[in-house]
Amino acid sequence: MAKTPLQFSHNGRDVAIFVDGGTNLLVALRELIGDMTPKFGCGQGGCGTCSVLIDGELHLSCLTLAETIAGRSVETLDGIKDGPNLHPLQRAFADNFAAQCGYCTPGMLMAAKALLDRNPQPSRAEVVEAISGNICRCTGYEPIINAVLAAASGGRARA
Amino acid sequence: MPVTVKTFTNTHDAAAALSSDRSARYLGGGTLVMRALNEGDISISTVVRASDQAMTRIDASGSRITLGAGVTFARILAERDLAFLHGPARSIGGPAVRNMGTVGGNLFAPVPYGDFTVAMLALDAMVSVQGGLGGREIPIDEFLQSRDRQTGVLVLAISFAKPGSADAFRYRKIARIKPKGGAVITLAAHLPVNGSRIVGARVALGSMAPTPIRARAAERALEGRALDASTISAAATAAVEGTSPGDNALASAWYRREIVGVHLRRLLSGQE
Repeated sequence: MAKTPLQFSHNGRDVAIFVDGGTNLLVALRELIGDMTPKFGCGQGGCGTCSVLIDGELHLSCLTLAETIAGRSVETLDGIKDGPNLHPLQRAFADNFAAQCGYCTPGMLMAAKALLDRNPQPSRAEVVEAISGNICRCTGYEPIINAVLAAASGGRARA
Repeated sequence: MPVTVKTFTNTHDAAAALSSDRSARYLGGGTLVMRALNEGDISISTVVRASDQAMTRIDASGSRITLGAGVTFARILAERDLAFLHGPARSIGGPAVRNMGTVGGNLFAPVPYGDFTVAMLALDAMVSVQGGLGGREIPIDEFLQSRDRQTGVLVLAISFAKPGSADAFRYRKIARIKPKGGAVITLAAHLPVNGSRIVGARVALGSMAPTPIRARAAERALEGRALDASTISAAATAAVEGTSPGDNALASAWYRREIVGVHLRRLLSGQE
């Protein structure tokens, strides 16, 4: 079956790849572009570890048909740091012990970034709601919630 | 296994492609079809999409509301005129699922999903579909009864009358995981009042049958009566009639039958 050419912006850089029909965005990112930050968890939309921003909106890359992002902007965890400097959310996760095994962390960070991009000073309830689609089996969520609130109160979250 | 992806600019062509190929599925937000593809569902060999703007239109300005099938739950939450539907929309998934999942796709969501459709059923919605032979409107309960045979049609929009008052429409989802989780059961009621009597009662239940169903015995218990304690008790007792829930990891069929009356009583009483 013929492959389909696909062009989109990946963390601010234009990329062009060829995908098989039905390929999901997660596979395209990991296997064709080499961005290993979004993880494969459930493949069903239940765990959130594959979360990315598409045109600034939180989406599940495993449930996104790659062809649908032609001409759009995809942002992954790989793109949120500024050179060698961690993003304030990444720093807050480290400072607040918000990552244990780390498998949920890419999705948690992207869900938190989607929240802080539109609401830089969220309430605790808003943080809980923002990460409600992301499952963590290690931390019990409290350190993650505290980390997002710390990043927000630090006023360093950037758009 | 690779599939063929066909994208059309108009719904007529998309509907024709769907109806002419038994192995074709329409891709809306992706939360159902991509999940099936990820699981290796070999019954799907073609994915059909339509980029028609009408599919994502919301018309909520008048007394009759129309939601394009491609309208996402996030967009409903952003619409002030649809405040009465914010509860059902917010009860679905996390933010990413709400950015992706659509009103049209929810009509096909199996148990324990499909919560928004329960709300649509209580509102007596009409489903606009485009088949290979033309378009038509189908009452939502009729659509759901024949849902397995509807995969060859393209759902264009859902329309319904706006509830007369904020109190007339009620919704409740029972989930074990908060704020997100699959439904143990889902309930929605539309209780228009004329004077002090309920006229045109609608009670819809999710996860109490393979598709959302109306609790007709409970509706009969409410019809023409004031919403007082004895009416609520009668409706709660009748809630389980005609249901056929299944077992799943969230709850057994027995448990669902036991609690449906309890939660209908709470819904009708206005309890949290």
